[in-house]
Amino acid sequence: MNAPTLTRRGFNKGAGGIVLAFSLLPAEVLAQAAAARLPGSLNNNRLLDAWIRINADGTATVHTGKVELGQGILTALWQIAAEELDLPLSRVTITQVDTSRSPNEGFTFGSQSIENSGVALRLAGAEARAILIELAAKKLGADAAALKVADGVISAPDGKRVTYGELAAEANLKREASAKVRPKPASEHKIVGKSIPRLDIPAKVMGGAAYVQDLRLPGMLHGRVVRPPRYGAKLESVDEAAARRVPGVVAVVRDGSFLGVIAEREENAVKARAALIAGAKWSGGDTLPDPAKLYEHLRSRPAQTTVSSEKKATVLASAKVIEATYNKPYMSHASIGPSCAVAQFADGRYTVWSHGQGMFPLRVDLAKALKVPPPQIRCIHFEGSGCYGHNGADDAALDAALLARAAPGRPVRVQWMRDDEFAWSPYGCAMSMKVKGALDGGKIVHWDYELWSNTHSMRPANPAGNNLLASWHVADAQKHGSVTNVPIQFGGGSDRNAVPLYDFPSQRVVNHLVGEMPLRASALRTLGAYSNVWASECFMDELALAAGADPVAFRLAHMTDPRAKAVIEKVAAMANWKPGEKGSLSRGRGIAFSKYKNLACYVAVIADVEIDRASGKVRVREAWAATDAGLVINPDGLKNQIEGGIVQTASWTLLEEVRFDRNGIRTRDWSGYPILAMPDVPKVSVELINRPNERPLGSGEGSQGPAGAAIGNAVAHATGKRLRDLPLDAARVKAALG
Amino acid sequence: MAINLKVNGSSRSVPAEPDTPLLYVLRNDLQLNGAKFGCGLAQCGACTVMVDGKPVRSCVTQIGTLGGAEITTIEGLGTAQKPHPLQKAFIDEQAVQCGYCINGMIMSAKELLDRKARVSEADVRDALAGNLCRCGTHNRIVAAILRAAKEMGRT
Repeated sequence: MNAPTLTRRGFNKGAGGIVLAFSLLPAEVLAQAAAARLPGSLNNNRLLDAWIRINADGTATVHTGKVELGQGILTALWQIAAEELDLPLSRVTITQVDTSRSPNEGFTFGSQSIENSGVALRLAGAEARAILIELAAKKLGADAAALKVADGVISAPDGKRVTYGELAAEANLKREASAKVRPKPASEHKIVGKSIPRLDIPAKVMGGAAYVQDLRLPGMLHGRVVRPPRYGAKLESVDEAAARRVPGVVAVVRDGSFLGVIAEREENAVKARAALIAGAKWSGGDTLPDPAKLYEHLRSRPAQTTVSSEKKATVLASAKVIEATYNKPYMSHASIGPSCAVAQFADGRYTVWSHGQGMFPLRVDLAKALKVPPPQIRCIHFEGSGCYGHNGADDAALDAALLARAAPGRPVRVQWMRDDEFAWSPYGCAMSMKVKGALDGGKIVHWDYELWSNTHSMRPANPAGNNLLASWHVADAQKHGSVTNVPIQFGGGSDRNAVPLYDFPSQRVVNHLVGEMPLRASALRTLGAYSNVWASECFMDELALAAGADPVAFRLAHMTDPRAKAVIEKVAAMANWKPGEKGSLSRGRGIAFSKYKNLACYVAVIADVEIDRASGKVRVREAWAATDAGLVINPDGLKNQIEGGIVQTASWTLLEEVRFDRNGIRTRDWSGYPILAMPDVPKVSVELINRPNERPLGSGEGSQGPAGAAIGNAVAHATGKRLRDLPLDAARVKAALG
Repeated sequence: MAINLKVNGSSRSVPAEPDTPLLYVLRNDLQLNGAKFGCGLAQCGACTVMVDGKPVRSCVTQIGTLGGAEITTIEGLGTAQKPHPLQKAFIDEQAVQCGYCINGMIMSAKELLDRKARVSEADVRDALAGNLCRCGTHNRIVAAILRAAKEMGRT
């Protein structure tokens, strides 16, 4: 198998190591009463050897349940494990998620990998090191406290020494973690806190095998799928013979309204797909809402209404009240590479290679769709093209498995075409936000916020149904899962960042979770946070304007959290913010802030824009960000995420909107979904406030909310007009300029 | 039928029809991973390779039109042991997030550096205007290309 590897050493190099059989216990055993709560993902994967094994050659193999998505997480986790084990990075291997051997950490999402997997590896690493030291003390006849460890060698004061490799056979890591061994203090860190070059980059610039798209297994066939022309349409008939006439076609697979083809050669699979499309007759299907009235439609639908936050205080009648409605359209993940998967069906078992965000949850829904018990399916993660949430990766995995069933023994690689990706990958939700604020004495005395949205979580492994696309199309169709919202204590879903971090004496935040989902939507980077920060932080500027206050001073006046204040002050200094500066079309400037999920990193952004009067085109010239993510594991990796988030958000904010009409999705290729291109990308400066004694805070999504609102505020500053509907594209800005 | 192609300096025979997109032949017959399928419509640039020194979109280039042209892919630029200055600069600048677009970025930059004796930041941004990146890595990509240009005496 010409398989990519992210590891410095082969996985099997440590044969003879101390763990012979991997020992993950079933969930029921773990759920025993009285088990103490362990930090991070140790709680659900409690055995040390689920995380770390020490090999006879003195190396360590580290497992994580989190997957590489191009965010550099494997490198950061590798640093954490090596640091605690006192091994050089060159002797530590970190493996990709494989349901046959990895700890189950669910999905890689929500900027939680450092907080959950990182914490587990930090504690497991420290405990494994302590176990090795204890063994060494016995062996060397020395006091454990007197031993020194460097690069996997344990030395006694008398000069006697023993290596990790020599202790590997005796060290028992097949035991429950106690989480009692204290990890190193930040002052002793030699690897954590360093900008270690990412493991995955060399293959990506050399044409190495780096992606699931690059898997090339012996005897592999190529598959393509044909989707309905609109949601809910039924396949009445199809001219299969035309597709079979294409050379090398191995099978046409039709199951209800699921349609696909496999061929020996990829180009012939593409041709056969075209023949199937030409010869397919579909009936029925859903009518979509009128896009011109999307937000009214959304607000008029039945919804589960919950109060996310409520704080009451008397508001005097003399207070000045202003209100506004903000809207955000459906947005696409728009990954550069369409979704892809490889599957093999042999002897009643499936092996599936996927770039999904959670191999264990994927396996749950695959098992439901394929009607086999989960242990008969092995899911292995391989990176795909940029992943910003729940895209089509999981769906492609089921497509590949359904096609592989028609060619037993042979691996089948399915890659979606560009139109499959734009039309069928789940979108980021359209949302509508109504905000009302009361001002008295230049301060906000009441904040009232209501939002309307679909759920941002239609991922696999929902117990009420199946969330894989093809499972809805096969003859024995399954229903999608239930509509649920991520609870606010885990950061919220549609109401993520809907509760302001400012100290308002009186506030009410209401979430209307709309059940009817006209366009397929699920998790896109930040869930509701981008929208909610967009509305809230733009409205903060509206209130500042009404109060005659400077936007920076106004924010600081309503904030008590010192870390929040620090990033706002820092970014103001970085951008040389001048209170009272007048905006013009040649330069408008805006600021915005959020603490992602109200639980993770603090980010404040300032953006400068210029606007072309003739066309209405907005260009973000420059952006600055100040970030506090607590203890920083890899400063360059964190900066890369914050920078990238700002640029991606500039694209969302200025350009992006999924096009549809009553009959279906119109966005089918890049001409229907322009994104920011190289000449229009702003210069970005990022500074980190490192707090080595604070716990590390998730940050992969931290800059997106504030970046969008900062751009919105900059456009208002430049034009004197407040634009509240996204995107701020040229047509909308031109109309506003009159 | 078989068609002969000249790829990275070697002559290769591939069992494919003349209307086959070059991209599939490179990836599947010649096992070259660098060029990526992004859109199949010449819109995104992920599949960029050089044909006789000019950047082309291999997803819409039929092999039957290539004759004896010299095809260069990213694998033809350098190796892990001996990387091209562009490849080395992308590693030095950590100018990658997901990296799916990087093949196209490097190949378009290579053509720019071959074509122009001196390149500015604006030249780089213009030359890469047709290569889409979704992770927002653009500024690092530009920095990497300018670093390579400096290394090659082109700034």
